Amino acid sequence: MYTQALDTHGQEPAPAARDLSAQEQRFQARVDAEEKIEPKDWMPDAYRQTLIRQISQHAHSEIVGMLPEGNWITRAPSLRRKAVLMAKVQDEGGHGMYLYSAAETLGVSRAQMMQQLLSGAAKYSSIFNYPTLTWADIGAIGWLVDGAAIMNQIPICRCSYGPYARAMVRICKEESFHQRQGFEIMLTLAHGSADQHTMAQDALNRWWWPSIMMFGPSDADSKHSAQSMRWKIKRFSNDELRQKFIDVTVPQAQYLRLTIPDPRLRWNEATQHYDIGPIDWEEFANVLRGNGPCNRERLAARRAADEAGAWVREAAAAHAARQIGRSPHMAVNPQARFA
Amino acid sequence: MKAALTAIAAAGASAGPQRQAHIECLLRLGDTSLVLGQRLGEWIGHAPALEEDLGLANLGLDLIGQARLLLSYAGELEGQGRDEDSLAFLRDAPQFRNLTLAEQPNGDFGHTIVRQWLIDGWQLQLYDALQGSSDARLGAIAAKALKETRYHYRFSRGWLVRLGDGTAESQRRMQAAIDGLWRFTAEFFTADESERLMAQAGVMPQLPPLANNWLAQAEADLEEATLGHPPAVPYPWQGKQGVHSEHLGHLLAHMQHLPRTYPGAKW
Repeated sequence: MYTQALDTHGQEPAPAARDLSAQEQRFQARVDAEEKIEPKDWMPDAYRQTLIRQISQHAHSEIVGMLPEGNWITRAPSLRRKAVLMAKVQDEGGHGMYLYSAAETLGVSRAQMMQQLLSGAAKYSSIFNYPTLTWADIGAIGWLVDGAAIMNQIPICRCSYGPYARAMVRICKEESFHQRQGFEIMLTLAHGSADQHTMAQDALNRWWWPSIMMFGPSDADSKHSAQSMRWKIKRFSNDELRQKFIDVTVPQAQYLRLTIPDPRLRWNEATQHYDIGPIDWEEFANVLRGNGPCNRERLAARRAADEAGAWVREAAAAHAARQIGRSPHMAVNPQARFA
Repeated sequence: MKAALTAIAAAGASAGPQRQAHIECLLRLGDTSLVLGQRLGEWIGHAPALEEDLGLANLGLDLIGQARLLLSYAGELEGQGRDEDSLAFLRDAPQFRNLTLAEQPNGDFGHTIVRQWLIDGWQLQLYDALQGSSDARLGAIAAKALKETRYHYRFSRGWLVRLGDGTAESQRRMQAAIDGLWRFTAEFFTADESERLMAQAGVMPQLPPLANNWLAQAEADLEEATLGHPPAVPYPWQGKQGVHSEHLGHLLAHMQHLPRTYPGAKW
């Protein structure tokens, strides 16, 4: 899963108009030379804050993304599909863990990030505010949402911040696997019974535009990408990545014998790309503002899990503290994991 | 497997009851793993911490894997063309042979842990003994499952102790879970005709002698967790014979919804 280009919204500082300090110049020179920035290295505060925001949003997206897919674990239509889906949702949780860990290297705790998610202060990819209504949605999420995620994430494997880049290498491998699994579900449905084909087409109809929107606002409206590009946190613009995704995905839909729900979709000989119809940015903004079909449910589910689990975390911390009391050799901080 | 099948074939007239008992025993193991795995699947995304989401998913995955091996084998032995999915998705509750405990609802995390710890303890005994089964295929499945179950037990036992010996609230919740679920263990090691037949054939171990090992281990764990167990309530639960609690029907209605709605569809 992926966090859309949310970092282009709001708080990110505008590209520096002032002259860079000597320290900033050295930092930029390292970035320009494609050196990795590591946790203990000096970095501009805005770089640190941008990364904390982006990585934590990405982590939150993984965790919230477990919910729409987890919705089908108990109803997967075969034991093989059930096992694959469980493993997939588990992978998403694992991605959340690496990413929270990567963000922690920047000086923020998982507990703080979790609090930001639960309070509604932090964003996550708005694609997960759409519901999974049929089994085909599990195929469509793998194929389209993970497909879009890969487009976005492959360049992050070369992100200037070392821990984020390294976390992304493994995540991309797993996402690529998920994308193929999703496509295979779609293939089975599209070539199955008439009912199954209808189910697959319906899922494509509902997931196509939200997937296109995952790349974030168009470049013209994306004010702050430039700084992220200079810092090599971002390598390609939102529109470039979106176009790549469309160009790769349209032939896949044709292979599936499914129709992309865009009457203006055309191959453009001149540009050697597909042209698409207008994106409904009003819907995107609306879902981002909290008015999507499942925003409330997703946050409520995360809060319910947090509240229902509080006694477990407290007990684990109490037990660990007591163990340390019993054994003077245990130097582990019992609060570290469940603080 | 070949040895067992040969033995069955050689038994001639008794092949029918023998084969039926053999299938029964495979279903009891396979359905218990399947139903418990299905319950764990309900947790994913809702656990008390991210680590536990991953841990419960791992356990669930292993259990679904065991179910696939055991149900596939049961279907082959039956010889009527039923595969793992037709057995999982197209049987109704009375045809399911899982332990009644496996189908009990998740409840709070403490209930889930106690249910898991109890069944892990049962599986440890059974899979360990089954490694020496005269049915080589079942022995191989048991050997694989035993490795997984040791890990599951480490997980569930760890949480049992942590939560039992945690806070006053966690201890109260854990004791409530034990008090609520202990009664289902009456079914663990009682053997019926199928199990006795398979024990004679060396396919299954004798069940009653395993009970002592299990109880000794369970009581040691409970002591470390500062918990106790209620006296045995020997209501004769018969999930293994297909007589279940009310919960299984709901679990199956949910799990089987798609294959039932679209008969014959391939997924």
